[in-house]
Amino acid sequence: MKPRHKRAALIVGGLAAVGIAAALVLNALNSNIALYVTPTEVAAGKAPKGQAFRIGGLVKDGSVHRDNLTVHFVVTDTAKDIPVAYTGILPDLFREGKGAVVQGKLNADGQFIASEVLAKHDENYMPPEAKHAVEQAQKAGKTP
Amino acid sequence: MIPELGHFCLILALCVVAVQGTLPLIGAQRGRSEWIALARPATQAAFLLMLTSFACLTWSFYVSDFSVAYVAGHSNAQLPTLFRVAAVWGGHEGSLLLWVLMLAGWAFAVAQLSRTLDAAMVARVLGVLGLVAVGLLLFVLLTSNPFERLLPAAEDGRDLNPLLQDPGLVFHPPMLYMGYVGFSVAFAFAIAALLSGKLDAAWARWSRPWTMTAWVFLTLGIALGSWWAYYELGWGGWWFWDPVENASFLPWLVGTALIHSLAVTEKRGSFKNWTVLLAIGAFSLSLLGTFLVRSGVLTSVHAFATDPRRGIFILILLALVIGSSLMLFAWRAPKVALGGAFALMSRETLLLIGNVLLVVAAGSVLLGTLYPLIIDALNLGKLSVGPPYFNAVFVPIMAPVVFLMAIGPVARWKHAAGKDIGKRLWIAAILALVAAAAIPLLMGGWTLLTGLGALLAVWVATSVVSQTVLRLKAGMPPPSFWAMQLGHLGVAVFVVGITLVGGYQDERDVRMEPGDTTVVGGYTFRFNGVKNVPGPNYKAAQGEFDLLVDGTLLKKLYPQKRSYFSSTMPMTEAAIDAGFTRDVYVSLGEALEGNAWSVRVYYKPFVNWIWGGCLLMALGGLFAVADRRYRLKFKSTTVAASLEGVPS
Repeated sequence: MKPRHKRAALIVGGLAAVGIAAALVLNALNSNIALYVTPTEVAAGKAPKGQAFRIGGLVKDGSVHRDNLTVHFVVTDTAKDIPVAYTGILPDLFREGKGAVVQGKLNADGQFIASEVLAKHDENYMPPEAKHAVEQAQKAGKTP
Repeated sequence: MIPELGHFCLILALCVVAVQGTLPLIGAQRGRSEWIALARPATQAAFLLMLTSFACLTWSFYVSDFSVAYVAGHSNAQLPTLFRVAAVWGGHEGSLLLWVLMLAGWAFAVAQLSRTLDAAMVARVLGVLGLVAVGLLLFVLLTSNPFERLLPAAEDGRDLNPLLQDPGLVFHPPMLYMGYVGFSVAFAFAIAALLSGKLDAAWARWSRPWTMTAWVFLTLGIALGSWWAYYELGWGGWWFWDPVENASFLPWLVGTALIHSLAVTEKRGSFKNWTVLLAIGAFSLSLLGTFLVRSGVLTSVHAFATDPRRGIFILILLALVIGSSLMLFAWRAPKVALGGAFALMSRETLLLIGNVLLVVAAGSVLLGTLYPLIIDALNLGKLSVGPPYFNAVFVPIMAPVVFLMAIGPVARWKHAAGKDIGKRLWIAAILALVAAAAIPLLMGGWTLLTGLGALLAVWVATSVVSQTVLRLKAGMPPPSFWAMQLGHLGVAVFVVGITLVGGYQDERDVRMEPGDTTVVGGYTFRFNGVKNVPGPNYKAAQGEFDLLVDGTLLKKLYPQKRSYFSSTMPMTEAAIDAGFTRDVYVSLGEALEGNAWSVRVYYKPFVNWIWGGCLLMALGGLFAVADRRYRLKFKSTTVAASLEGVPS
């Protein structure tokens, strides 16, 4: 095989690999991203349908109650409240009045069924998305 | 007084590295030997100053000097001494100081161990390292000074995050940083070679042991972090595709490509440009990792409250490093001569394919990690990319890499005959196919992924064994042979671990009252209740579980839920019965009504093989570093002349 052909073969091979990878990436990205939605947006019906998404906000004071392994609580951005149910063990830093991010889907009654509650390493840390949701709601509250 | 001394040493160190980063480089370009001679003493002085500065901070922690803001933020009078020392790198400022200390340490090691190198080359390498140190020291001094005083002094410290009060923390960050920072040496060698125009086999040979050492540290650091997350976080997983994990994994992927590409450059003189690019890439990704972790731009378990100015500073530093080195590369690369020619079917080609795939894999992980940032920056909304993305992309790209690992070592350099390869691998092929069918069925059900995992692991492992047997007939092989075989065997062991854990683990969250039993993976857990036990700086609710197999007691397990006096944050401490073929794992959730608790029980088959595989890989790396060839006096001219295409 001539060097020119060899180089061409390598280039074609390389491009094919990159192409396959790109296809994989796009396909996987399409089905595996979760949008962040604020409680106000969820209340306005702007949540994605049939696809998992994330809500950031504060865990409302006094809203947590347990029913065996299922925990019910309310995530709020101070303007709107979204009821959440989660079955399983909550992360150590889950607290009333603290920021939280939950991932899951809405059921028919408008309750959010969380498949995941995100844990943080630091008790003084506020998830940026939770902060963002609260800031958005407060901004909207000031300029109605 | 001690903190001021530390601060002062830090400022002095900045002045010294400013000299180290300029005069020797200019001297090497202009051939002025007195400037070249400055490189070593400057490097030594900078290291001593950094060491003193770091010792000052450690001392402040040791004596609990709460008038230092950083100490007050990360330590506590009740904290046990070991953790008080480890707390030095438990926060942003201190961990950056550790970063810079390690950079100075690597430069010092190069200065001490490079007696056989040509003086101008050493001056260039140390000069580049000095420039990097200037950037990072400026960063520490301007945005994250650990010696800042707190007036009036705090009564008591806010304490080290309880998650970090664990022996894992004592070793994980230093190991990881040694690896991250170690790639700066590979980077400095590459830049020095570009500057001098001597991009030859000698350069590759000098660079190899350093790159390999950094890679060993990074491998161990990542493995330790994964192990720590597994037993300390109480989630039972070993990898979460968390942005910060990815940040450490990206340099590893590119670094792995780099150590293989360096081998080709040294042995065959080929791939020079590619090697240089990989060296630049590995270090840039290390810096990017620092940026991702320290800027707090990504939602991550590692994200701590942060200051946006810091992010911008590192971003500028990153742009400077990548921009200037790529410009230098674009200017110099066309002059680099091509190495030895090779046929399409040859070890070179196989290594090249593996290399490209590793880089593509790194690219896809990078994309998934940065995607939320890019979308947010473009104001298209906020989103997150989950683990399924990474699994869906990563596995198909890496599977061929593992597959090639069995073939590459038996293929000849330059030109390989398919017939020879077939002759040496047909047994491996048969065994792999049998394993792909049998192992998943023995474990309890065949799936595509477990079949693939078993196939690849056995394929690589048998190839390693058969090569070793064949090679031993011809006498004792050199360390570099063992390095390759151990590294590849480590991958096979790792693949066994991830395949079997992924396919056959059993996890369950259950509600248990005292006396209740639950069965997971053939093991019976009996809950005997919870009682309170004291700790040095916490109190804990400790559960007692009997672990039974076929009705006989195997072991008692004591998971804890700790609450530390200094914070409101509870901590889960899992109890694990570790074994060669499986771990059983129990952790307490929270107290429910009455005496009931929510409890998490896991059965994890072969989970320890994951970290065992990483250890084998690292051990392989150590063998490579130990090879005697690297310590022999080496004349660059003789080798360069013996290769086709001597670079100008």
